[in-house]
Amino acid sequence: MNEHPAFVEWKERVLKKTLERFPERQKEFKTDSGLPAERLALPETPDEKYLSKIGFPGQYPFTRGVQPTMYRGRLWTMRQYAGFSSAEESNKRYRYLLEQGTTGLSVAFDLPTQIGYDSDHKLSRGEVGRVGAAIDTFDDMEALFNGIPLDKVSTSMTINSPAAILLAMYVVAAEKQGLKPAQLGGTVQNDILKEYIARGTYIFPPHPSIRLMTDIIEWCSREMPQFNTVSVSGYHIREAGSTAVQEIAFAFANACTYVEAAVSAGLNVDVFAPHMTFFFNASSDFLEEIAKFRAARRLWAKLMKERFRAKDPGAQKLRFHTQTAGYSLTAQQVDNNIVRVTLQALAAVLGGTQSLHTNSRDEAITLPTEDSVRTALRTQQIIAYESGVCNTVDPFAGSYCIENMTDRMEQEISALIGRIDAAGGMIAAIESGFVQRQIEDSSYAYQKQIESGERVVIGLNKYQESEEVSPPVFQINKFTEENQIMKLANIRAKRDNQRVRKALARLEDVARGKENVMPYIIEAVRCYTTLGEICDVLRSVFGVYEEAKGY
Amino acid sequence: MDIQRCRGRVLIGKPGLDGHDRGAKIIARSLRDDGFEVIYTGIRRTPEEIALTAIQEDVDAVGLSVLSGAHNELFPEVLRALHQAKGGDIPVIGGGIIPREDIQHLKELGMYEIFTTGTPVQTILNTFREATERYRQKKHKIP
Amino acid sequence: MNDIDEIVKGIYLKEPRAIGRAISIIEDGDQRAGAILKQINAKSIQDSTIVGITGPIGTGKSTIINQLIAHYRTQGGRVGIVAIDPSSPVSGGALLGDRIRMMRHAMDKDVVIRSMATRGKQGGLCASAAAAVRIMICSGCNPVIIETVGVGQAEIDVVGLADITVLVLAPGAGDEIQVMKAGIIEIADIVVVNKAECPGADSLIMELENVLHQRNCAVCRVIAREAYGIENLATAIGKIDRERRKSGQFTGKRKQIRETEIIDCAIEMMRDEIRSRLQECPGNYTGDPRAIARKLIDDICVTELDMLKRKRPEVFS
Ligand code: B12
Ligand SMILES: Nc1nc2c(ncn2[C@@H]2O[C@H](COP(=O)(O)OP(=O)(O)OP(=O)(O)O)[C@@H](O)[C@H]2O)c(=O)[nH]1
Ligand SMILES: [Mg+2]
Repeated sequence: MNEHPAFVEWKERVLKKTLERFPERQKEFKTDSGLPAERLALPETPDEKYLSKIGFPGQYPFTRGVQPTMYRGRLWTMRQYAGFSSAEESNKRYRYLLEQGTTGLSVAFDLPTQIGYDSDHKLSRGEVGRVGAAIDTFDDMEALFNGIPLDKVSTSMTINSPAAILLAMYVVAAEKQGLKPAQLGGTVQNDILKEYIARGTYIFPPHPSIRLMTDIIEWCSREMPQFNTVSVSGYHIREAGSTAVQEIAFAFANACTYVEAAVSAGLNVDVFAPHMTFFFNASSDFLEEIAKFRAARRLWAKLMKERFRAKDPGAQKLRFHTQTAGYSLTAQQVDNNIVRVTLQALAAVLGGTQSLHTNSRDEAITLPTEDSVRTALRTQQIIAYESGVCNTVDPFAGSYCIENMTDRMEQEISALIGRIDAAGGMIAAIESGFVQRQIEDSSYAYQKQIESGERVVIGLNKYQESEEVSPPVFQINKFTEENQIMKLANIRAKRDNQRVRKALARLEDVARGKENVMPYIIEAVRCYTTLGEICDVLRSVFGVYEEAKGY
Repeated sequence: MDIQRCRGRVLIGKPGLDGHDRGAKIIARSLRDDGFEVIYTGIRRTPEEIALTAIQEDVDAVGLSVLSGAHNELFPEVLRALHQAKGGDIPVIGGGIIPREDIQHLKELGMYEIFTTGTPVQTILNTFREATERYRQKKHKIP
Repeated sequence: MNDIDEIVKGIYLKEPRAIGRAISIIEDGDQRAGAILKQINAKSIQDSTIVGITGPIGTGKSTIINQLIAHYRTQGGRVGIVAIDPSSPVSGGALLGDRIRMMRHAMDKDVVIRSMATRGKQGGLCASAAAAVRIMICSGCNPVIIETVGVGQAEIDVVGLADITVLVLAPGAGDEIQVMKAGIIEIADIVVVNKAECPGADSLIMELENVLHQRNCAVCRVIAREAYGIENLATAIGKIDRERRKSGQFTGKRKQIRETEIIDCAIEMMRDEIRSRLQECPGNYTGDPRAIARKLIDDICVTELDMLKRKRPEVFS
């Protein structure tokens, strides 16, 4: 293999450049016995199939990874999703996480924020700050990142329907730190279609939502070139009950819809697609999960190259964040969850993830306590620093089992995407309830397998124990809601209400037309217009979405 | 008398802003496959909407699913709304992520039963059977 | 809420609890059903209009009804809806999913919605549905709308309960042929082409106009999700209703509906009696099924006659 022209070319053109720009973390990587750990293990004589389907890391079709040296160069980003209560308290948790060695932040918002209601809205009662940070005005956003340099720490925000508003607040908050939009890294989830089929925090109907999302993509490609404008998620689809094949197929079908929308808005694939990232689930079927990640990388590269004619390798690369499977964790014998998470995290790493969230042992009981978050983070760190799997790139390549499974997954995913295309595309498939039905069927089948014992879940339907000690439950501050409402009332009283009204009127006009809404939302946010006020205006223009019935 | 033909009519509701519907949909389907007629409200309903729907449909039990942690507000509000709409006698069965400490309290307020994650579906079905059977006997005045 | 008088009074007072309970009592075949039905034969029944909405799965029937409700409500009317979904033949259970489209009206006490399952009956469904409709009318609903999936005979029969039948089709569903075969198109007074913004709508409309040109049947173009064409549809319904009332066709149809209901009730009552006799002595019933059926019916009639003679001899003297 060493002399094979394809390998020589890869070494010269791809590997060398990377090594020059990003030297590996260590001079040498060794096994416990002191033997050298091979950077990239290869077949003795590569056949055509190897070269076209598996290839070399950092090079089309990227089956073996998106970077040539993978974790020898840089470890994945350890990013724990967190947020609760007020902006101030979430800020404390973020600082704690950074101290403990996380390398990126991931912000959870409360449900009113995600659905576009202010904390004083009737429907927000009991939900303010409960499952994430409550954000009403950009003042809260400022408090959220207080003392955290936004140009140094990359932040991922799980926000979808009102993503444009939260992004605007983020930009204005960064301004207060003296930063320009162009200096900001990070990600907004901004993946609206999966909200209708899996996650549930939709506000507007699909078409206007996609317009909002393309406005973000367009604005960022001009003003925030480092920022990832969408994180297309299969993760939530899987958590809602899909299979691994459905997870990837539906995520890709969503992604294709976004790419088409952006292209028809006049954007260049090679410019915006490198800022599209993905988000997947790592579940317990260890080998299938590894194959899934590899198949997904290969298929996405093909889709981008063949369907969308992307030329830039950056636009063909599937970069993804992974979270371990929450639905696989049990409230029974909670410590078993640590073991599950370890296996799942390992599958994600062997599958070549770019960043990772590991779930906490108390996932099925409560928002994680500080103790259990620490263990979850340590799990990643142990894999990274002790297991040795990071010393060699894509160690499972060439395994008959994994390669066959990778091929098989790719075929199945591709076929399902074909069915959606035939049904008139993802939006039509969502509106008709096709996708929801598919997910519900899988979720029901999975549950039935557990019920019948066909699927074994240790501690749940096998090796149960009757005596259970309940682990400590995370307590949220009882006064959060009250305080937040008071704070909001204060702001409403003090701000320049004339300016707010004007900003909202302008925004309404623009929303009815075609112009990009981002600058107008930023203006509104700047004068302390609330998230709810902005969403109300958009609701009046766009209407609201009503749930499709699955079954 | 024909009452045996239908095991019972049940409403499965998701009050509040919580979007976790995997469990609620599994319960709805399981109930159907167990012979119940099931009305599922979809996510993001107010307690009042759920109560009035239950009354109009004259269901034999209401099932509520909340995973987002707002159960201490939402469950009692549904009970209150049902009571106000003259449906205080309808059994209300809850499920979701509910800490053990809260369950006792919610049952004292009138919840018929509460099931947390990991409960075998058959156990839940049995409870619905028992609750609706009792209710239907009362409804149709069977001694 | 269990006393019959209280329930009947409640129906007229528009009490949701009473209306819901009355329908259950009838649907479940509770012995008190007769007592309720006897007391609710109001005159107003003639004044209300019953609209049947049917069509293949997923064409947008419930969405249209949701919009029609909004339309009638802005005019101040009180609306009743009976939404029928099939029961699973395996478990007997059902997912009654139409209502989820109408949750917008959940807090409106002048929108009375009742979901019903077919409960696997070949008969009897019409009887329960018709009773539900009458209960709603007595509580002041006008119009009352019945929704069914127009695929099976039971569903077609139920639509026969309506004064005016609306068939909802949508482009691309591919069940047009099935619909035409099932003969629903022949009983439709109005055909709606919903999802008119989707490709294929125009050709579907053309096709329909071709099929319907010899018959006086309106074709309405609707985009239910955007409430487009709903006014039109409501106007078309209103127009037919007025015409039929003037021409006397309305009364004729009502007579026919009554007959359907009576026959359905009768068959339902017979069915139970026959089944129980069959189960009691299965040995007696071997041979030609037709002949056995004849004999069973004769037997039942004789028994009933005897009973009647004993109870009310004056009728026979
Ligand atoms: C799957 C999942 C999701 C999926 C939901 C997909 C979907 N469409 O349902 C996704 C990824 C979208 C998601 C998102 C979020 N999630 Co979530 N999620 C979970 C998870 C991992 C599993 C839940 C599940 O579906 N289990 C499988 C089903 C079958 O079980 P179940 O619902 O518990 O049902 C059983 C019983 O509870 C009961 N039951 C349930 N419903 C009913 C109804 C009746 C009538 C009856 C009788 C019984 C019953 O019977 C079932 C069978 O035993 C849990 C953690 C866990 N492992 O439980 C977190 C969890 C519920 N999520 C949580 C959070 C915070 C969120 C977010 C709010 C995060 C954020 N800030 O954005 C979002 C927002 C979602 C939203 N719109 O509301 C928290 C809630 C914390 C709390 N209560 O204090 C949890 C507990 C995780 C954690 N530890 O932090 N989530
Ligand atoms: N594109 C489009 N979709 C529509 C329109 N009206 C309804 N729909 C969608 O069609 C799907 C089915 O709508 P329903 O109203 O539930 O249809 P239905 O005929 O009542 O369905 P069943 O009762 O299950 O037979 C939903 O996803 C609606 O959102 C429309 O005008 N255009
Ligand atoms: Mg319907």
